[in-house]
Amino acid sequence: MNQTFLIESSHLQQLLEALQRRGYAVLGPTLAQGDLVWGELHSSAELPVGWGTREEPGFFHLVKEKSQGYFGCRPGQHSLKQFLFSPDTLLWRARREGGNWRLEVPAASEAPYAFLGVRACDLAALEVHDRVFSRGRYLDPLYQERRNRAFIVAVNCTSSGGACFCASLGTGPRATSGFDLALTEVLEEGRHFFLGEVGTKQGAEILGGVTHRQATATEIAAAERLVAGAARNQTRVLATGGLKEFLYDNFENPHWDRVAERCLTCGNCAMSCPTCFCHDYLDSLDVTGQVAERRRHWEVCFSVEHSYIHGGAIRPSPRSRYRQWLTHKLAAWQDQFGCLGCVGCGRCITWCPVGIDLTQEVRSLMAAASPAAPESAGEKEHGDH
Amino acid sequence: MALEVEKPACQPPEANGRLLPQLFRVESRRRETADTFTLTLAPAGSDIQGWPFGAGQFNMLTAFGIGEVPISISGDPAEPRRLIHTIRAVGAATRTLCRSAPGDIIGVRGPFGTSWPVTEAEGRDLVIVAGGLGLAPVRPAIYHALAQRSAYGSVELIYGARTPRDILYYHELERWRGRFDVRVHVTVDSASAEWRGRVGVVTKVMAQARFDASHTTALVCGPGMMMRFTVQELLSRGVSADQIFVSLERNMQCGMGLCGHCQLGPVFICKDGPVFPYNRVKDWFEKREV
Amino acid sequence: METIEALLAAHPFFQGMSPQHLAAVAGCGRRVDFKAGDFLCREAEEALDFYAILSGSVSVEIFSARRGPLTTATVEDGEVLGWLWFEKPFHWHLDARARQVTRAVALDVGMLRSRCEADHDLGYEFMKRYAHHLAVQFRVTKLQLVDMYGT
Repeated sequence: MNQTFLIESSHLQQLLEALQRRGYAVLGPTLAQGDLVWGELHSSAELPVGWGTREEPGFFHLVKEKSQGYFGCRPGQHSLKQFLFSPDTLLWRARREGGNWRLEVPAASEAPYAFLGVRACDLAALEVHDRVFSRGRYLDPLYQERRNRAFIVAVNCTSSGGACFCASLGTGPRATSGFDLALTEVLEEGRHFFLGEVGTKQGAEILGGVTHRQATATEIAAAERLVAGAARNQTRVLATGGLKEFLYDNFENPHWDRVAERCLTCGNCAMSCPTCFCHDYLDSLDVTGQVAERRRHWEVCFSVEHSYIHGGAIRPSPRSRYRQWLTHKLAAWQDQFGCLGCVGCGRCITWCPVGIDLTQEVRSLMAAASPAAPESAGEKEHGDH
Repeated sequence: MALEVEKPACQPPEANGRLLPQLFRVESRRRETADTFTLTLAPAGSDIQGWPFGAGQFNMLTAFGIGEVPISISGDPAEPRRLIHTIRAVGAATRTLCRSAPGDIIGVRGPFGTSWPVTEAEGRDLVIVAGGLGLAPVRPAIYHALAQRSAYGSVELIYGARTPRDILYYHELERWRGRFDVRVHVTVDSASAEWRGRVGVVTKVMAQARFDASHTTALVCGPGMMMRFTVQELLSRGVSADQIFVSLERNMQCGMGLCGHCQLGPVFICKDGPVFPYNRVKDWFEKREV
Repeated sequence: METIEALLAAHPFFQGMSPQHLAAVAGCGRRVDFKAGDFLCREAEEALDFYAILSGSVSVEIFSARRGPLTTATVEDGEVLGWLWFEKPFHWHLDARARQVTRAVALDVGMLRSRCEADHDLGYEFMKRYAHHLAVQFRVTKLQLVDMYGT
């Protein structure tokens, strides 16, 4: 059982300052030009105080809330992959020297990151990326370097959005591991505080620089009630029992044609998904022809080029590309990394321009596979995450 | 649970070799067919003495400023001081590599991937079926088998190409054919009257190959369609699915299973392959649009 | 000098055929030898024989006025050349030319047909092998058509 503590809301700023004193660049949710993004926070006032979010398939709204919570906004498009696996990275530069090329490697990133406000689903996504980038046969040194130096302050959700389904996967709304500190924001009966949990030694050290005290049993219960309520409010469910075998057996399921009629192959789902990791390498030459660069940038399996080899694309049809995304994330991923590729954050549902819901697509595939069998809608199953 | 995979024969040097290309100098360039060239590369600096690799592995070759492509290593694994790559010019990067002149610098990352089971096949008959450019990735295995000839039972090489002008390593095939201890069958899909050899597809020629199916290891490498029909022919001759090895191909960009491009169902061609025992991939092999 | 029967018994096409049936087939056959350049058959000629190649190499060709003879396939020892014709007199639709000294057994198709009509068991044995041969020919021809090595 982790050590619990309580921080008054007015002292949240001290947490930022303690992190800044340690040399961290504090990153968290913030509003920029009317959009919810993750950016560097210089003070706690830069958090989206008093704002909340509403999510539905194909819709994301920022709304002004009645209460002045710091963490009323659930995740937008950004996740930790924005920073730990950045969208565009310079891998190396080569300069021509006579008949030779001299390679230069960019220096390691500057300040280590302290992430303030990481939801349980995104923590689960971080564990997934750890498996992808740092526990396979080959590691990604760029991810490793940033990840090992990162400090994580998790925030437990006290309300769920219209697209969330972390409860059905066991990945939230409560963060259980993988954080240095975890906070639950409690705003009720005139009180505004954070019920906190220490996850690591580094977390305890940072906490030392912040005014805090022991939490009472009532305060702990208040926080737990809110988080439990968030779990209960989720309506979306992803049934994972036997899902891998089912999808492997259903490559010719007629339902793929139906979802292909709606899917634009825009790739928004993959871009906003916190576990998607496909990327391209791009070599370029400057106008003088003396400096070559290789950059790495995000790619999505929805693009036709993704599967291109000399002669043509292996997956020319939208049907095959949607199928690839879904079966990789929910089936092949399990064989590759020993876990599900989905953490139930709901971003793919929210940010899909046509509101495709992968939990519904799974149900439709199952219904189309055996018309006689009852749909498994409404059944809550805790997946093998 | 994550699939258990065999460690590749040789791994790239730590950290640096993974993402950063090592510099190699083009020693020679030789034209094989109208659009296919073989480059011999030597290390450009003094810090690399050799590049040990397993037969079937590939390197990622960088044409600086243009691009990087996966190319099988086609040389003799017993000669790691030089890297030999046969490249067909089909895109910007391969065209640039094929236009290299001696002295040009090329970047190399690797070696990556799994190898042909040349050691595991000792004591068995070896049947190698290659088509078109597919002879290049399997040539290191042929070199090994010929060097360790007595370790195997019968050794049969069946090679098919589109036309006589597309035959790869023509003179080497003639030399191998001239040996008394290996049988080499060459066929082309179509030919003009000057061609004295066989005309017909590789699967037809396989009827002439002599091997003890229950004690045979088969290595198959070539275009997907050719491998598909060759595997069927081998299976119908009684070779078991776990003794037929294929070399698969996909868009590979990182060589390390990190960029996601080369997936075929649950396997990454770059690190779980490109050489696979057929029974491991038979559910996915040539599955449409997967 | 081996008998026709013995030669056919050793030929893969007739593998598994009973000695009785082999004798009936052998009765339709005769030994033929070709030198390099000899035609086994020519396009539009009346087709009278079905060949079981014993040794050598035969190229199956279509003649083009502009490009000369185009080889579509080669037929080697252990293989067969020809069709089974029923009813009307039929004609060869391709040329077949020996590329080197070639030895074969030529089976008179008319005689073969009447023996198959008289003994349906023999007919079935022959048709089984012939149908399999045709199936293989179609399959390999289609592979040649799609150009497996094309990019």
